[in-house]
Amino acid sequence: MESTSFWTTPVGWTLATTGAVLLVTVGVLIAVAFLLLADRKIWAAVMMRKGPNVVGPFGLLQSFADMIKFVLKEIVVPAGADKVVFLMAPVITVIMAFTVWAVIPFAPGWVISDLNVGILYVFAISSMGVYGIIMGGWASNSKYPFLGSLRSAAQMVSYEVSIGLIIINVILLAGTMNLSSIVTSQEGWIWNWYAFGGGADTWPLVVVLFPMMIMFFISALAETNRPPFDLPEAESELVAGYQVEYSSTPYLLFMMGEYVNIIFMCAMISILFFGGWNPGFPIDFTADWNPFLVNLLLFGVLFIKILFWFFMFAMVKTFVPRYRYDQLMRLGWKIFLPTSLVAVVVVSAWRVFAVGA
Amino acid sequence: MITRIAQAAKGALLIDLVGAFGLTMREFFRPKKTVNFPFERGPQSPRFRGEHALRRYANGEERCIACKLCEAICPAQAITIESEPRSDGSRRTTRYDIDMVKCIYCGLCQEACPVDAIVEGPNSTFATETREELYYDKARLLDNGDRWERQIAKNLELDAPYR
Repeated sequence: MESTSFWTTPVGWTLATTGAVLLVTVGVLIAVAFLLLADRKIWAAVMMRKGPNVVGPFGLLQSFADMIKFVLKEIVVPAGADKVVFLMAPVITVIMAFTVWAVIPFAPGWVISDLNVGILYVFAISSMGVYGIIMGGWASNSKYPFLGSLRSAAQMVSYEVSIGLIIINVILLAGTMNLSSIVTSQEGWIWNWYAFGGGADTWPLVVVLFPMMIMFFISALAETNRPPFDLPEAESELVAGYQVEYSSTPYLLFMMGEYVNIIFMCAMISILFFGGWNPGFPIDFTADWNPFLVNLLLFGVLFIKILFWFFMFAMVKTFVPRYRYDQLMRLGWKIFLPTSLVAVVVVSAWRVFAVGA
Repeated sequence: MITRIAQAAKGALLIDLVGAFGLTMREFFRPKKTVNFPFERGPQSPRFRGEHALRRYANGEERCIACKLCEAICPAQAITIESEPRSDGSRRTTRYDIDMVKCIYCGLCQEACPVDAIVEGPNSTFATETREELYYDKARLLDNGDRWERQIAKNLELDAPYR
């Protein structure tokens, strides 16, 4: 009893939360390292190459070698750059990328902060991520980074709108903004997942929700500046967009923030549309198992879903040609925004008028 | 009108992207073409024109007779030769330098050589850290010849029917 009461005192709570934060941060960092390698291996496989395979067995340590390389290089601050803002920008990007993980439920009860407005928190923090990019592009005091950052900001803001409207569909069905509750509401069989209609009461909504899931995925690609929407980075025209003047550790931070965001988007799509930790069938038979073991298994389920979506993120880069900037804006404002608005209307109408809802 | 609607429907249903995904997944599981370069190498023609070497006869006598045909034909003027009669009366080079930085690896020197003394060997990896190391002198070239002789002789033999 004493030990439980210790964890509820301010000191104990602080210790426990710090521990949880460290655990998640280190876990996400390691995941970033290996998923970056997976990314490169997947592109290589599609091009019939082997990909990095020299550092460590199967090249598993490649990301760590890259990290050491980045850290050991010289930090070049361009003359005329605003030094403080220039160096703050990647830090903001990476902090915002990590902060959103606070509300992601990894398994029942395994969440740093079980906010009841978790989705609002996610919105707030992910829109803050734009600041890192704008500050980086502006503080470089150079033309290409500035153009790149403006594009990036416009792109991220545009697609945040459609992402927001798509998530509203899920909120309407779940009746809550708490991510853990959203996952719990998708318990049971696979058709309870929101991508497949969200249960017996709302199954006809699969017509709306499945396209919404795909649109969420595409918007997530745009939101995280992944190909085919990598216009901020624009290797072919803008060299590397807002990152042109960055080198060494600041560049590493930008890249890390980008990948943390990608994994976060994979986690979000798994949680919102693919039942989070729910394996797709009732798990009542685990009732008398060791709860820790069950949680670990459920975390494994979520992890597999995240891996699947990350695989899709990597594959999209290999088979989709890049969008032009006006096409990107047309897709965002003229197709995704009206479609998701109509979807919100349909889902709310269903909630109000359907029998038993 | 109909075609436009069909096009829009095709775009909205992501049909092309599903097909592309199938195609890339097929490529995904194909055998890889990668050659692990420093450990494995691709096939090399016997005519490959790599690092230069000065060859010797089997008895250890150097082949070069200082005719300076290679020096004359070299389009990049990378070769410098000075010669003197040796104590036994035969004409030999006292200096045979190739500036590997100037060299364009055209192979005209080995074509011009009447005694197959200067040849371009099969070695393609002789990068150095300083420029000076690429100014080859006679000793270096003879050393190369000794080191690569077996492969050079084999390549010359393989290529002989086509000359």
